[in-house]
Amino acid sequence: MTEDEIIALLPYSEPFLFVDTLESVDEQGAKGSYTFKEDSYFYKGHFKDNPVTPGVMLSECMAQIGLVCFGIYLSGDITLEMQMAFTTLHVDFYLPVFPGERVTVVSERMYFRFGKLKCKVRMTNEKEEVVAIGEMSGMMKRK
Amino acid sequence: MTTEEIYAQLKPIVTTYLPEDVSESDITLDSDLTRELNINSAHLVDVVLDVEDAFDIEFDNADMERLRTLNDAVAIIQKKIA
Repeated sequence: MTEDEIIALLPYSEPFLFVDTLESVDEQGAKGSYTFKEDSYFYKGHFKDNPVTPGVMLSECMAQIGLVCFGIYLSGDITLEMQMAFTTLHVDFYLPVFPGERVTVVSERMYFRFGKLKCKVRMTNEKEEVVAIGEMSGMMKRK
Repeated sequence: MTTEEIYAQLKPIVTTYLPEDVSESDITLDSDLTRELNINSAHLVDVVLDVEDAFDIEFDNADMERLRTLNDAVAIIQKKIA
């Protein structure tokens, strides 16, 4: 399955798609990137007159690239028959991400058993500084 | 191993994944792991992975489908370590 095919299978669309490109994916993990658009709706309220990317959006971006894209790759052609659920999230944040910044997400497989994928996921900014590091898991089940 | 010996090792594993509103004293051999003890499907996988490590065995998909109660777990473990 190619990187473009995986992105086409993602169950998200604007304004909740946080994957621009998937650079690589294999049995051990995935790597991709996303640029937070300056006109994203959440900057109007987070924070008032001081736009900073919310941690939940950084987490979502980490999950979409690190867990969902990777999970689609591991599940292959049966992805369309699958139902997905986010099950665990633990993230430590180190640096803020401002509007217009491009981030890179790298995930590393901890295990994939009985439909549960657990990964270590790391986000870095354009200066290659660590923005966030975490562990997250999701379940994929047949519909 | 007897059922009691297996249960003694199994119970602390299950306890680790109990949600806050379920207490250890609610666990019995007949407890349904997801319906009664309220362990979600993601943590059920964690229970199995911990059981695999503790008893040095491996669950397959059929075992996973059979697994509803602690009794089921004991039966699967007993069969595999026999």
